[in-house]
Amino acid sequence: MAVTGRLLDELRQTLGPDLVHTGTIELGLYGRDASNITGSAGVVCFPTSREQVRVAIGAAVRHGVPFVARGAGTGLAGGATPVDDAMVIVLTKMNRVLSIDTVNRFAWVEPGVLNLDLTRLVTPHGLHFAPDPSSQQSCTIGGNVANNSGGPHCLADGVTSAHVLAVEVVLPDGDIVMLGSESGEVDGYDLRGAFVGSEGMCGIATRICVRLTQNPPAVRTMLFDYDTVDAGAQTVSAIIAAGMVPAALEMMDQLCVKAVEAYIHAGLPVDAAAVLLVEVAGLPHGLEHDVQRIVAIAKDHGCRTVRIAQDEAERALLWKGRKTAFGAIARIKPNYYLHDTVVPRRHLPDVLRQVYEIADRYGILVMNVFHAGDGNLHPLLVFDKREPGMMEKVHAAGDEIVRVSVAAGGVLSGEHGIGLEKRDLMPLMFAPADLAAQAALRAAFDTTGLANPTKVLPSPASCGDSHQIVEGAWI
Amino acid sequence: MDLTTFAAEVGRDSPVCVIGLSTRGGGVPEVRWVKAPSGIEWIQADEMTACCGAGTAVDELSDALRAVGQRTVLPDGGTVGGALATGHSGIRRLGDGPLRDVLLQAIYVAATGEVVKAGGPTVKNVSGFDVCRLLVGSLGTLGFLGEVIVRTRPLAQHSEWFAAEANDPGPVFAALYRPVSVLWDGSTVWALLEGHPDDVAEQASAAGLFGATGPPPMPGGARRLIAPSAIASLPESSRGAAFVAEVGIGVVHLAESAALPTSRSPMSSAHVQNRIKAQFDPTGRLNPGVVVG
Ligand SMILES: Cc1cc2nc3c(=O)[nH]c(=O)nc-3n(C[C@H](O)[C@H](O)[C@H](O)COP(=O)(O)OP(=O)(O)OC[C@H]3O[C@@H](n4cnc5c(N)ncnc54)[C@H](O)[C@@H]3O)c2cc1C
Repeated sequence: MAVTGRLLDELRQTLGPDLVHTGTIELGLYGRDASNITGSAGVVCFPTSREQVRVAIGAAVRHGVPFVARGAGTGLAGGATPVDDAMVIVLTKMNRVLSIDTVNRFAWVEPGVLNLDLTRLVTPHGLHFAPDPSSQQSCTIGGNVANNSGGPHCLADGVTSAHVLAVEVVLPDGDIVMLGSESGEVDGYDLRGAFVGSEGMCGIATRICVRLTQNPPAVRTMLFDYDTVDAGAQTVSAIIAAGMVPAALEMMDQLCVKAVEAYIHAGLPVDAAAVLLVEVAGLPHGLEHDVQRIVAIAKDHGCRTVRIAQDEAERALLWKGRKTAFGAIARIKPNYYLHDTVVPRRHLPDVLRQVYEIADRYGILVMNVFHAGDGNLHPLLVFDKREPGMMEKVHAAGDEIVRVSVAAGGVLSGEHGIGLEKRDLMPLMFAPADLAAQAALRAAFDTTGLANPTKVLPSPASCGDSHQIVEGAWI
Repeated sequence: MDLTTFAAEVGRDSPVCVIGLSTRGGGVPEVRWVKAPSGIEWIQADEMTACCGAGTAVDELSDALRAVGQRTVLPDGGTVGGALATGHSGIRRLGDGPLRDVLLQAIYVAATGEVVKAGGPTVKNVSGFDVCRLLVGSLGTLGFLGEVIVRTRPLAQHSEWFAAEANDPGPVFAALYRPVSVLWDGSTVWALLEGHPDDVAEQASAAGLFGATGPPPMPGGARRLIAPSAIASLPESSRGAAFVAEVGIGVVHLAESAALPTSRSPMSSAHVQNRIKAQFDPTGRLNPGVVVG
């Protein structure tokens, strides 16, 4: 159903006119997320409380209009992109940190709190919120929960799910439920765990209890460079096989290093085929022991030079290189498409070889900057969409990259989610019965079918017939 | 591992229950039972993953992992499937994280008799809805685990229990950096520290702890969940019953189950729980009579 004048009147009356927007600019702005899969919003609401969320959902459901929760809109898979003139419910006005327990190390927050704001707030207590997506300055904790987001430091500490103790959810039928508890467990099914990563399709989170993590007493950041990508990738596996789980283990290939170096001048080795950024954190003796072992492993695998950050400024510079990769790339070509797949670590060299081969075949530049420690690839296709036929090539190459990742025993997405972007590729990983179980989970939460419909699960008609990435999916 | 035989045994209709080594309760009386396949399929130390039949003994998996310097967070005893279906984390949860996060991929037999896959084989994965999290702790009421891929971890370089007298566990808890476990019974605090031996020794001495033989015996009457901040007042609220609390977590092991008043959340999710069960097992044939929660 479309948004009608009656629905708008009802929303303006209950929420107040200031919180209900239908202007062309707002509808355009909220018609897509960072994936650039453009949809169309029917109305945009900005609730300031749980009750207002409930009111907005209630109105949508009564009028048979789909609704889409939205945080900061930095999602890369089209999760927050409204389809079919849906109601967009923006949670950024619900951005209060409600309480912090520094003794037991958890906090209650509203969903619109920005990821980095929470960490900044608890820094004086020697704590932080562990999930650190590269977008942490702008993404919301509600979005992190809905996408089960990760980040460089999730290798040792786990992705968002491991840091969510409880979530208060307004269900599509208007009920308000508390999933999980401050103890992180419940007597019953782990509905908290089922909700995390549900991409806005199981209801809207209105309060979240997150675990806070102690800051490490000491940190050491190392940079290794290699003549071959294989050697770098093999170092990654060898470190893990030796029984160490560094705080972060990131890799950049030559094209990426060159772009970053030209951008930030950090003295990165631009002639290296691959660079590894390894960070270890913890207590001093264990740290030194690990640094020595990791350096030895890196050298055994043909590392050319070892750079260990001497102070906090140098550490920040090395991380800046990693975290500004996207900005740097924009200087090479105007458009890029960021992929996100995971492969078993041992297959990193082989899959990376195939990624280069695919990009080469289509005549597209590819850069790799990724969470090597958990096998989470981020091939970045760099191109100019004004070149004729380029978008078709980009889609076809992307499709092949996802396929080779899954064929190597990997998965469709490590942190960005499925959304619209990879919905029709789900059958690559899941048989119809597997997808039916996922649909059953969703149906138990959303009895109306109106919470962010058409995402994640391919429609039964397209099951087993995976095809192109949704048109327009580039960033 | 071929799961079609297991699926055929589970069948498509009639009540059926699944049993492991019966260390966590066993089957449902007067209901036909099946056992999940057992055996380790593979261990990949450089991936930190292992694959085995759900009927594999936890101890067998642990022994095999120890040989490559690794372990899982599954509590000792019983079968892997039983530990996952029960879903209770052990007393190391503070350091290890919850048990539920260990399950990466499950191949299970659904109520329809179909073989269904949930999750994926890699350590990081957000492809679709997280059915694995529902299966952990579901006591076999949503599907019978057949084969699982679990996350493993490296064995610690050094691992040691410490203790000290304390009528408040707070100061010890605050002084330690990421302890693996902190327990308190109202008068003594215990801590499990792991890592480099010198770090462990320095941490223990900074927190005023002394060497201990191990954790205290856990009162077996009940395992209850409370707010972590309510631990400090347990000596009063437990009405004199012996307890051991997991500090920083909120799990309490009590000698008598009735010792703590139960508080029901006003925002109960019981109806969603029921809908989950109805979706996954509409006729209630899987582990009939077993109540989760
Ligand atoms: C430059 C850049 C770098 C990035 N780096 C990373 C990275 O390193 N790791 C990573 O994992 N991701 C990364 N991302 C992706 C994105 O930032 C994350 O997915 C983030 O968690 C999304 O948060 P958001 O607030 O922007 O959510 P949105 O994009 O607004 O929404 C994401 C999904 O969550 C749902 N949602 C939002 N709020 C709620 C709520 N309160 N209740 C229920 N559902 C809700 C939406 O419906 C949608 O499906 C990056 C994105 C960009 C643009």
